[in-house]
Amino acid sequence: MIIIPCPFCGDRDHSEFSYGGDATVKYPALDASAEEWYNAVYLRKNPRGAHTEYWHHVGGCRSWLVVERDTLTHEISSAKYAHDGYGDSA
Amino acid sequence: MKRYSGWAVFREGLRGQTGWSRAWRDPEPKSEYDIVIVGGGGHGLATAYYLAKNHGLKNIAVVEKGWLGGGNVGRNTTIVRSNYALPHSTEFYEHSVKLWENLAHDLNYNVMFSQRGQLGLFHTPAARDAQAKRANTMVMNGIEAELLDTEGVKNLIPHLDYSENARFPILGAVLQRRAGTARHDAVAWGFARGADERGVDILQNCEVQGFLREEGRVTGVETSRGVIRAKKVGVAVAGSTGHVMAMAGIERLPIETHKLQAFVSEPLKPLLDYVVSYGAPGAHFYISQSDKGGMVFGGDLDFYNSYAQRGNLPIVQDVAESAMAIMPCLGRVKLLRHWAGVMDMSMDGTHIMSKTPIDNLYLNAGWCYGGFKATPASGYHFADLIANDRPDALTAPFSLDRFEKGYAIDEKGMGPTPKLH
Ligand SMILES: Cc1cc2nc3c(=O)[nH]c(=O)nc-3n(C[C@H](O)[C@H](O)[C@H](O)COP(=O)(O)OP(=O)(O)OC[C@H]3O[C@@H](n4cnc5c(N)ncnc54)[C@H](O)[C@@H]3O)c2cc1C
Ligand SMILES: [Zn+2]
Repeated sequence: MIIIPCPFCGDRDHSEFSYGGDATVKYPALDASAEEWYNAVYLRKNPRGAHTEYWHHVGGCRSWLVVERDTLTHEISSAKYAHDGYGDSA
Repeated sequence: MKRYSGWAVFREGLRGQTGWSRAWRDPEPKSEYDIVIVGGGGHGLATAYYLAKNHGLKNIAVVEKGWLGGGNVGRNTTIVRSNYALPHSTEFYEHSVKLWENLAHDLNYNVMFSQRGQLGLFHTPAARDAQAKRANTMVMNGIEAELLDTEGVKNLIPHLDYSENARFPILGAVLQRRAGTARHDAVAWGFARGADERGVDILQNCEVQGFLREEGRVTGVETSRGVIRAKKVGVAVAGSTGHVMAMAGIERLPIETHKLQAFVSEPLKPLLDYVVSYGAPGAHFYISQSDKGGMVFGGDLDFYNSYAQRGNLPIVQDVAESAMAIMPCLGRVKLLRHWAGVMDMSMDGTHIMSKTPIDNLYLNAGWCYGGFKATPASGYHFADLIANDRPDALTAPFSLDRFEKGYAIDEKGMGPTPKLH
């Protein structure tokens, strides 16, 4: 089990969360070029090592978090709120 | 190279098994080859085999960081089928099944391809409609398929849960009789032996750690056993695709690496002589019985990016629940082993066999969790792509630039979310 340190709920099993994928992807403006949209929708760095990713605490406080996790060892180095507005946001 | 035969088995039985020789050589790397294939899994070895066999090329090396069969080719649940819905995939996988049907003879190696038939169960009227459509698509493509009702399934497999309060009532199934399983290690070893026999050097414990590049072309690889120059390099490293291609300068691909678990039980007397699979909201499961008697089964991905070749506990529970929902008789069977492999999940759930933006560098990836059945056709067509520096008609739709051009091949209609394919 991966233990995710939710800033609101504390340490929780990852089975309480839903995975939201690569958090470094920035969606461009709606009228951006097709190439920019292609980059955002389809291309991923997919690193073996440190990965910045979204997790949604659906079985807990329901916050979206940005988590730094190593994809080879599953070690978590940080977990922060994904949005401004509450707590110590990312 | 000695040919394997019934007579040879008999003779060696009388001679105390002293007459066998090793199945492939263990050569030192040469400083240069015409073609280097990175990755000694099923696809890399099959590619080398068909490069030698179909294209008469000899000066080839397969470079593998570990041992043959240590990757997904030796970790999968070995289901081979061609019940796809979209035209390009249907043609490709049907070609693969045809190659499977003659593979043991072609390789002179018993890959134990067993066409025991595969049943895809359905549990709701809507799922029946979808499966009927799939069966019709197959038939229209010249691939036999049968739609069975509950009685039809019961006649073949009496011990699934047909009770009224079953969690997933069985309304029927699509049966592909030519589908089945194969012995996964034998596939790797058979292709390795066949390639070696035709002059291919298989270099194990040889990890690619960088690429040589000159003026936008790839000219070789840096490995843990030294620099190897090559006129062409083909990459077939499954779950490691992102990591390896980044070394070549291609930092971003339409692929994410996820892990998939598999399970095998203690050996049992014959219990299940078909491959059975089903998918329903909240459950995904496939099972067959190996020749040793173990029940081999699996379910969903672990659902987060991972290069760790080990599984996590929530999925163990999910898979156990899925098993009990359909085959309650498994309840007291003991699990023998469970493990995971890392999969190259593509953005549309379909593979990529393609030239790349870098000259002389070819990519074979994105097999998701269906690449074992593809092994012979993947090698056959990837070899053709590398030998001729252009995709053949069957391979062209699987190009790397299809996403950019709007020609994604999304079998399940899930959209660009790799973990859902
Ligand atoms: C649990 C599980 C169940 C599955 N079930 C099925 C199934 O029922 N049916 C089906 O059709 N498919 C199935 N699959 C998918 C199938 O196994 C894969 O799609 C297929 O094996 C991938 O191709 P491969 O055999 O070449 O991969 P691999 O065997 O993984 O080969 C890739 C090789 O590249 C090597 N490599 C990586 N990095 C480097 C480097 N830097 N230098 C040199 N070598 C390197 C690796 O060591 C590895 O040996 C399953 C997979 C898993 C994990
Ligand atoms: Zn929380």
